Amino acid sequence: MLPSDSRVPSDSRVPDEVPSDVPQESTSDPPGDLSFDPLVRHSRTAPGWELLASELTVLFRRRRTWAMLLALAAVPVLIAVAVRLSSPVAPGRGPAFLDRITQNGLFVGVTGLVVSIPLFLPLTIGVIAGDTIAGEAGLGTLRYLLVAPAGRVRLLLVKYAGAAVFCVAATVAVAVAGVVIGVLLFPVGPVTLLSGDTIGVGQSVLRLLLVAAYVTVSLLGLSAVGLFISTLTEVPVGAMAATIVLSVVSEVLDALPQLVWLHPWLFSHYWLGFADLLRQPVAWGSFADNAWLQAGYVAVFGALAYGRFATKDVLS
Amino acid sequence: MTAGSPSAELAIETRGLTKRFSHQMAVDGIDLAVPRGAVFGFLGPNGSGKTTTIRVLLGLAAATSGQMRVLGQDMPRNLREVLPRVGALIEGPAFYPFLSGAANLHRLDTADRDAPSGTRGARVHRALERVGLTQAAGKKVRAYSLGMKQRLGIANALLAPRELLVLDEPTNGLDPQGTREVRALVRSLAAEGTTVFVSSHLLAEVEQMCTHAAVMSAGRLVAQGTLDELRGVGASRVQIRTPDADGARRVLARLGLAPERAGQPDNTGDDGDGLVSAALPDHTAPRDPAVAPDHSVAPDHTVVRDHTIVRDHTIEPEAIVAALVGAGVRVRGFAVQGSSLEDRFVALTGEGFDVAQ
Ligand SMILES: Nc1ncnc2c1ncn2[C@@H]1O[C@H](COP(=O)(O)OP(=O)(O)O)[C@@H](O)[C@H]1O
Ligand SMILES: [Mg+2]
Repeated sequence: MLPSDSRVPSDSRVPDEVPSDVPQESTSDPPGDLSFDPLVRHSRTAPGWELLASELTVLFRRRRTWAMLLALAAVPVLIAVAVRLSSPVAPGRGPAFLDRITQNGLFVGVTGLVVSIPLFLPLTIGVIAGDTIAGEAGLGTLRYLLVAPAGRVRLLLVKYAGAAVFCVAATVAVAVAGVVIGVLLFPVGPVTLLSGDTIGVGQSVLRLLLVAAYVTVSLLGLSAVGLFISTLTEVPVGAMAATIVLSVVSEVLDALPQLVWLHPWLFSHYWLGFADLLRQPVAWGSFADNAWLQAGYVAVFGALAYGRFATKDVLS
Repeated sequence: MTAGSPSAELAIETRGLTKRFSHQMAVDGIDLAVPRGAVFGFLGPNGSGKTTTIRVLLGLAAATSGQMRVLGQDMPRNLREVLPRVGALIEGPAFYPFLSGAANLHRLDTADRDAPSGTRGARVHRALERVGLTQAAGKKVRAYSLGMKQRLGIANALLAPRELLVLDEPTNGLDPQGTREVRALVRSLAAEGTTVFVSSHLLAEVEQMCTHAAVMSAGRLVAQGTLDELRGVGASRVQIRTPDADGARRVLARLGLAPERAGQPDNTGDDGDGLVSAALPDHTAPRDPAVAPDHSVAPDHTVVRDHTIVRDHTIEPEAIVAALVGAGVRVRGFAVQGSSLEDRFVALTGEGFDVAQ
């Protein structure tokens, strides 16, 4: 063992025995104070919020992020325009709820989510979640974040939070674009639910928000899977592709009747299960099942990502 | 490690530090000792394990075995406390190409938990200023040249006050002007008391800016010390061009030197000149008893004089010439080749620099 360090001048830093997470005597840092005093430097410890804010800034300053959100927003717009230009849709044909949108433009948002969730949303989430760690490794910025030091666990949490925020943004992009185009092209009025009840505009908005929340939650498990895969490689495209392929595999398995025993464990199993939110009264069963399943995926793949990343040699 | 070693005086201290990649020993049991306040050159050909050592020191990669202390604290156990006090450039700069230079520094500074956000803008500005990038601060890094990225990488290492700077090949990609600026920057940082650990495969660079150096070769640390110590280990040589090679060798042997025939000079004429050379006794290294003068010295005037000189471990080149001429050797050329670090390093690494393995 090395001898313990006792000769370092005490003014050079916080003493070892003081956990650095405990706020030190608060020395205010007036803006522009450039007296690089180590004591001032170590007088406070930032939680992860600044790093998260920075993560979101980086995420949303990327053109790629906006391109994906715009592509998602285009889905309901295309649907609405197609419906507007064609003859009235017979009930029960086309994607679910398609026939409802001529009654209430707000339902373009719901239809857009229904159409997006099997492929377009997993595609964009796969890109973002697969990029989390592997993207930084590929750029080489991972080593600089780690020696800053960002802290491996903190970085992982911030990265996951960033991906989760993107899930919200992606869902919101579809829903909002759907509402806007729906209001422009269709009347906004009472709509008949799956249960046969009719609800007003206020209720419709609420239901749309519920569906958007459901879809967002649905994507959290996939995000955790992507985060884990992202810790396995330094090639972001590989992690993205693997995440997207896994989401497709999950959906295919979910469609095979021979694997019925497996279905409740597939992260995509409840993806289209939000019809219950469009009944009167709302049936919360599928929302809860979905939330538990996603939470399980987040726990398992979060732990795997931690296990992999906490001790990984960063050689990129 | 041995108790009582002056660890607090060392900014970096490793004992038996080893890093093995599946089959390859990238770092093979090195014992580094980087004194505080030093500008420490970490020299070695490409692939000799410099970057790997730095990655292990900074906790990016786990050591296979061995111990290390950075700024007096055990690593990687105290990573969290030590790293904010260390600025680093590792294997070249790396940035988000779609962000501006300043935005990149902001981003990396938020990752440092101890960096106060209140002064972030000012610190970013000052770091950019220090490396001469103020003009390009708002430009996307995508549009930076390699040299500008390298400067930005150094600016990142300077975002906060540091006790230790680890710069891995900081002048890569810089033009001669940029190289000079980096050298000046390193000197000014050292003058402020920062320990600078700078890796390089360029000997000249280390010679120009470092006070200490260590030499890596194929994962092993083959020499370490102050530049003077390193120079001293390899003694200077005298080289004599003469047609009387045998006579010259006899005289050199009488002076206590170990002469060897160094072959023919390049521009050999038809008069049959030969080259004789010998290592000069060295005044810092312990002397090799095999070349001690006392065994061979005859009690004549010249040698008595040399004897006294040799006793305090120096021998004046002019005394050698006088002895040669006095013995009737036709000296047609005489040169003292100062022990350049280069000879020393070529000898240590078994090859020239810039050679990848
Ligand atoms: N990720 C890696 N996997 C396997 N071997 C590696 C890896 N990185 C470096 N090496 C090997 O370790 C040795 C030392 O490399 P490095 O530390 O980069 O040398 P230097 O920085 O001195 O040029 C080299 O032989 C290199 O091939
Ligand atoms: Mg290197």
